[in-house]
Amino acid sequence: MRSTTAPATITPPAAEASAPAISLRGVAKHFGETVAVRNLDLDIARGELFSMLGPSGSGKTTVLRMIAGFEQPTAGRILLDGAEVTRKAPFDREVNTVFQDYALFPHMSVADNVGYGLAVRKVARDELRRQVTEALARVHLDHLADRLPSQLSGGQRQRVALARALVLRPRVLLLDEPLGALDRKLREQMQIELKAIQREVGITFVLVTHDQDEALTLSDRVAVFHEGGIEQVGTPTEVYERPATTFVAGFLGAANIIEPELADELFGRRELLSIRPERLRLSAAAPTDSAPTVTGVVTEVVYSGPATTYVVELRGGTTVMATRPAGDDSASHRRGDAVHLTWSPSDLYAIPGSPTRTT
Amino acid sequence: MFHLAPATKWALGLVAATVLTFMYAPLLLVMANSFNAAQISSWPIESFSLHWWQRASQTDAIREALWVSLVTALGATAIALVLGSMVAMALQRYDFFGKNTINLLIILPIALPGIVTGVALNNTYKNVLEPIGIQVGFFGLIVAHATFCVVMVFNNVQARLSRMNPRLEEASADLGAGPLTTFRKVTFPGFRTAFAAGGLLAFALSFDEIVVSIFTAPPGVETLPLWMLNNMARPNQQSLLNVVATVIILVSMVPVYLSQRLTRDADSN
Repeated sequence: MRSTTAPATITPPAAEASAPAISLRGVAKHFGETVAVRNLDLDIARGELFSMLGPSGSGKTTVLRMIAGFEQPTAGRILLDGAEVTRKAPFDREVNTVFQDYALFPHMSVADNVGYGLAVRKVARDELRRQVTEALARVHLDHLADRLPSQLSGGQRQRVALARALVLRPRVLLLDEPLGALDRKLREQMQIELKAIQREVGITFVLVTHDQDEALTLSDRVAVFHEGGIEQVGTPTEVYERPATTFVAGFLGAANIIEPELADELFGRRELLSIRPERLRLSAAAPTDSAPTVTGVVTEVVYSGPATTYVVELRGGTTVMATRPAGDDSASHRRGDAVHLTWSPSDLYAIPGSPTRTT
Repeated sequence: MFHLAPATKWALGLVAATVLTFMYAPLLLVMANSFNAAQISSWPIESFSLHWWQRASQTDAIREALWVSLVTALGATAIALVLGSMVAMALQRYDFFGKNTINLLIILPIALPGIVTGVALNNTYKNVLEPIGIQVGFFGLIVAHATFCVVMVFNNVQARLSRMNPRLEEASADLGAGPLTTFRKVTFPGFRTAFAAGGLLAFALSFDEIVVSIFTAPPGVETLPLWMLNNMARPNQQSLLNVVATVIILVSMVPVYLSQRLTRDADSN
């Protein structure tokens, strides 16, 4: 039923006859005493836009750097289209990277940056120029071919980095926090563009991010990293709606997590329960139908434009959050108001395994 | 920044002007006197002429000393460029046992008094290498200069390398370039200006060096500063000395100026 919720085992979305684009088998990475990545198994399907999501220090960037070849795993194997590349140098792998700071060559023009990989491969001059022009056109930068990177804006540099990597038509494109350095508006625009480009070129994209919105918006599938391991792999809907652990529930947006003891008392279920704030409704009067309900007192009201979040204290002192969209008139409450919380039973979700549960 | 009262500004300006005048007026006097027609240096100069420049250019000892100085400086600079860059790369990129010690040992010659370096090398050449049949000759002078020239290149290149983004080399490898191509197309262009600036400083340092030269120049070989030292006591050579001094000032100052400009241009972008 929930085949995707067990940590680190994956079913690709579509059955592929051929090998996955990337397979990690028992991959671990130690830096001295520090364990950056522990015993990881992961398959990324061809043509997928796959995100590795996690807080800083969770090992996601190390995994990316091992796929690129900048770091050697301490243990385990890395396969690219079924062929082992574990010990191969970065220049021997058909994988290209878009770096977080873009790493454009400062002394080369935009065109020379984009043509670098082709020049290294000794592609004939006319062919090189044709491919560079095409790659720049794809990211809408053909008019800036002669500029130096220092003369470009952040968003433009990002596109040059993308064009420079894509022009080589790699089997896999790795993106390290690709939108991290951009301001919010540009970010949202680039998210859409990135997805369009990925669909157009059909190359497997593996993206590292600490931004859950970015991961949910962009990805076909998401792996949630925590302390060097994968907590859950699944589609954005799966990891958001059906978090495998409390960490996943908490990291992917706010979640109300109800401990088994309290859950037993409130809901009559002795399980670790989670419910998203936007799934909780509030009303001053008790609901007329037979929907389940608990009562509480509003202790804080946080207005954030499109939505308002109410912090509600339940019996026994536990607080939960309920987020209501703007315009939901039935939910204009103030601090100190007594309210009834209601939900659909299907929105109350029992978290299966919680190796990293914190209380 | 402090805000200074006008009176303080004037006073400090005056101090600065006095110090700079004291530093540069004697140099300018020497340079001006090289164009003095008279045999004896004097002030004010009564008639200007290129007479002494012409005489200097026809004096074999001076022409030879200029040649020796240029060859020594170029040789020492070449050695310094190769070794200085290599050691900077090694210390910047790799971690190994004794790394800090080596860093110190490379920089030390610049702090060591020239007379110590000179005597030490002289002893080594005469008492160690000669008995086993190795005549260092002119090359010994070049190597002696290289010991302190390396520091100039090393310091400049290391400072630049430490500010270079290590991701650039990773990006180059990622795009398919092997280590040599990466060095040629990405790493070297990254520290090219520091390399040139260090080389120019090394050249200037070698060109006007005298203490180490005294002890390491083979018999009968004179650099320009050595020629000056050997002719200081002869009053009728004074005007020729002015000419040679002017040449040394110019040949040492121009590289320093160029080196400053290179470093500044690289820092500003």
